[in-house]
Amino acid sequence: MVKIEKIKNNIVLPIYAFIFAFFIGGLVIVFSDPEVMSNIKSPGKFLTSAGAKIGNAYLAVFQGSIYDINLARGESFFKGFYPLSETIVTATPLILTGLAVTLAFRSGLFNIGAQGQFIFGAIGASYVGFHFDLPPVIHPIASILAGVFLAGIYGGIVGLLKAKTGAHEVIVTIMLNYVAGFFILWLLKTTLFLRPGRIDPIAPEVSENSRLPLLLGKDLRIHAGIFIALLAALFVWWLLAKSTLGFKFRAVGSNANAARSAGISIPFVTTLTMVLCGALAGLGGAVHVLGTEHALTSGIGGSLGFDAITVALLGRAAPLGTVVAAFLFAALRTGGVTLQSNTGTPAEIIQVIQALIVLFIAAPALVKGIFRLKNTSAEKTLTAKGWNG
Amino acid sequence: MSLELKAITKTFGDLTANDSIDLKVAKGEIHAILGENGAGKSTLMNIVYGLLQADSGSIWVDGNEVKINEPSDALNVGIGMVHQHFMLVPVFTVAENIVLGHETSKRGLLSLTEAKEQINKIATEFKFEINPDDLIENLPVGVQQRVEIIRALMYEAKVLILDEPTAVLTPQETDELLNMMKILKAKGTSIIFITHKLREVKAVADKITIIRLGKVVGIASPSTTQEELANLMVGRPVDLSPNRSISNVGANVLSVTNLNIYDFAGRAIIKNLNLDIKAGEILAIAGVQGNGQTELVRAIMNLEENTTGSVKLEEVEILGKSVNQTLDSGIAYIPESREVDGLIGSFTIAENLILDTHDTKPFASFGQLSATDIASNATALKKEFDIRAQSIFDTANSLSGGNKQKVVLARELSRTVKLVVAAQPTRGLDVGSIEFVHERLLAERNAGRAVLLISTELDEVTALADRIAVIYRGEILGVVDSSVTREKLGLMMAGIK
Repeated sequence: MVKIEKIKNNIVLPIYAFIFAFFIGGLVIVFSDPEVMSNIKSPGKFLTSAGAKIGNAYLAVFQGSIYDINLARGESFFKGFYPLSETIVTATPLILTGLAVTLAFRSGLFNIGAQGQFIFGAIGASYVGFHFDLPPVIHPIASILAGVFLAGIYGGIVGLLKAKTGAHEVIVTIMLNYVAGFFILWLLKTTLFLRPGRIDPIAPEVSENSRLPLLLGKDLRIHAGIFIALLAALFVWWLLAKSTLGFKFRAVGSNANAARSAGISIPFVTTLTMVLCGALAGLGGAVHVLGTEHALTSGIGGSLGFDAITVALLGRAAPLGTVVAAFLFAALRTGGVTLQSNTGTPAEIIQVIQALIVLFIAAPALVKGIFRLKNTSAEKTLTAKGWNG
Repeated sequence: MSLELKAITKTFGDLTANDSIDLKVAKGEIHAILGENGAGKSTLMNIVYGLLQADSGSIWVDGNEVKINEPSDALNVGIGMVHQHFMLVPVFTVAENIVLGHETSKRGLLSLTEAKEQINKIATEFKFEINPDDLIENLPVGVQQRVEIIRALMYEAKVLILDEPTAVLTPQETDELLNMMKILKAKGTSIIFITHKLREVKAVADKITIIRLGKVVGIASPSTTQEELANLMVGRPVDLSPNRSISNVGANVLSVTNLNIYDFAGRAIIKNLNLDIKAGEILAIAGVQGNGQTELVRAIMNLEENTTGSVKLEEVEILGKSVNQTLDSGIAYIPESREVDGLIGSFTIAENLILDTHDTKPFASFGQLSATDIASNATALKKEFDIRAQSIFDTANSLSGGNKQKVVLARELSRTVKLVVAAQPTRGLDVGSIEFVHERLLAERNAGRAVLLISTELDEVTALADRIAVIYRGEILGVVDSSVTREKLGLMMAGIK
């Protein structure tokens, strides 16, 4: 009973938040558009032009993220899925960094460091990818393992510091993000990493053998990384729901005092959690380099590590939720580009919508009040631990 | 001033916390409200004090109906309340705490002269001992409570609500409070005394209203016997003094030698403590809260960091081991606070029942949990320990205090152990649950296990223990037989040999 209500609540709430965010986003589109606003004196004209504006804008977002009929018309039906392929390519690293935050949340840790861990994963994979010459299949696996290993250590440092000295993981991860950001800048200037003949910070491309295979031919960028990301999500789900280790993680995350009294070692859980989180984010970095970017640049991380926090929150710190949220974010991101080019509405409106979704998810009472949802006893609000956590 | 409640009803969702409750408190009367936890006593008092609003019903003061929507309304008609958890600022003085929210100022500066005069006036009138300039944090709990009472009297409370006032007091302080209540009564103040302790009710109350499951189930006079009151309160016959048969006392199970525990600043909390517990006996550590018993238990469980000395379980040193090893060596641990240390509120009952055994067979194989074994374990324990819940997949949060404690007991006592460490095992529980916990602890003793019981309740200590060690300021003041008188025990707990 309770379980069904809980699941319903976890699905219904984000959907309502989504609808509501788009509604307000629509208002922002209308009221920031001088052309529509010039009709404000004649209500009929205003409403039709506003409706058209919003309709076109969201159609553009759809076309830019899922299926574009214009692309299909020129060539094949298949080509129309180019936007969807882009969405999936964008979602892949986001799923993995999102999982790195989700797993930490469930162990009672706030991992702000997915960004730095992602960068180290990318560095490791890139180095093995361009420096060695290995046969296919083995080469991508070796590259991925190198990235995961490096990032796992980078995450593990945080866990170890917290376990041994009590240093708060939020501060440590924020600082390590800076370290990673500057480290990659320096690294790309060394002879080891700088691409011969270039002076801007870019590494050589990873070898053909080490790249993740494209799934639907050369025209679409979608690559095997999405399967790796989905497998990782499955693994995290299994870990949390089915394994004894995950039981320890959840116990410490839910009530560290009771967990300790029952004999669960908190330093062990903290350290291992952060190693795994680092490995997950690092896997994201490795997959991104080997599947999408092929060459390491200083901007490889983009804002993936920070979006990961939003994605994990939106996914309510559940593995499946994180996957869905990552797809949603990726779709908005790719759709935003088309929005600007097709309708002239600034792509920043997408960020407004993203922010609104997060706001409504974070303030469930607001959405519940508006849509008159019933409160359930199994209400789960996701709160990050304070400084004493 | 007289207070009358007519047909007060209050519901929370499906739960009817107060079901058409009538209550009549005459001027200068001590009216006890007796009921188990969750009976609706606190809800009713929060309605009277304006912290909650009734769904229906009315409140009458001296024959006039009054509307009480918030605490200030209650204060205005002369109703004051002393909460179970004091609402005092520890770093403020007595006078500062009393004027809080009603400060008077002179040229922008806080003026306490008037307040101090008034406090002294009340203190003399009611024969209270209090110094307005003392810092709250330096005062014993009993005196802090006095400050709360004075605060209520300063705002001219004619009806004083005392919510479980003796829960935090030593036996001596309890006696002082009961005397104070009699003085207040003599001066014409009416008192509503909320409690579940029968002895105190019989000592001071003029009239007793018994509430069960949100309904008034009886109005009794103080001449009613404790057994009758308990039966009314619980709704079935209750055994107040558990049967303690002679048990075969065996060899030493736990030996604590020269144990020292230091706090973070290096101050000794426990000083050179020695203790032996034998198989088949219950050793109770009696003492007022805060004399080191919490730390002593945590040190035995290896949850404390700075310890020296030796703790041996059947001749094997366990001090310095991990918590997990300590539990595995054969100790069942019932922590002082079940919500904080005993259970994970958001976990299911089934999960809480394997908190310490989740990575052993049959619950785990190759790192994976076995859902069927976890469920069958929970189903069996739910039945054996009479855990009242709809399903083993309900969260621990949804359980009442008594059932939460049953989950902890079920988990800890279902392992094979040599020693049971039970810290305040009945704190905050209702009579029925207390009875259950006592039976289980005695069963463990009769089965030949050693039981270490830590309790601040004299009744519990004398009813259960074979030997009683009194702890005072981190030291064992003496070990006495269970035939010791309450008075003697009370004095020892106050540090007098």
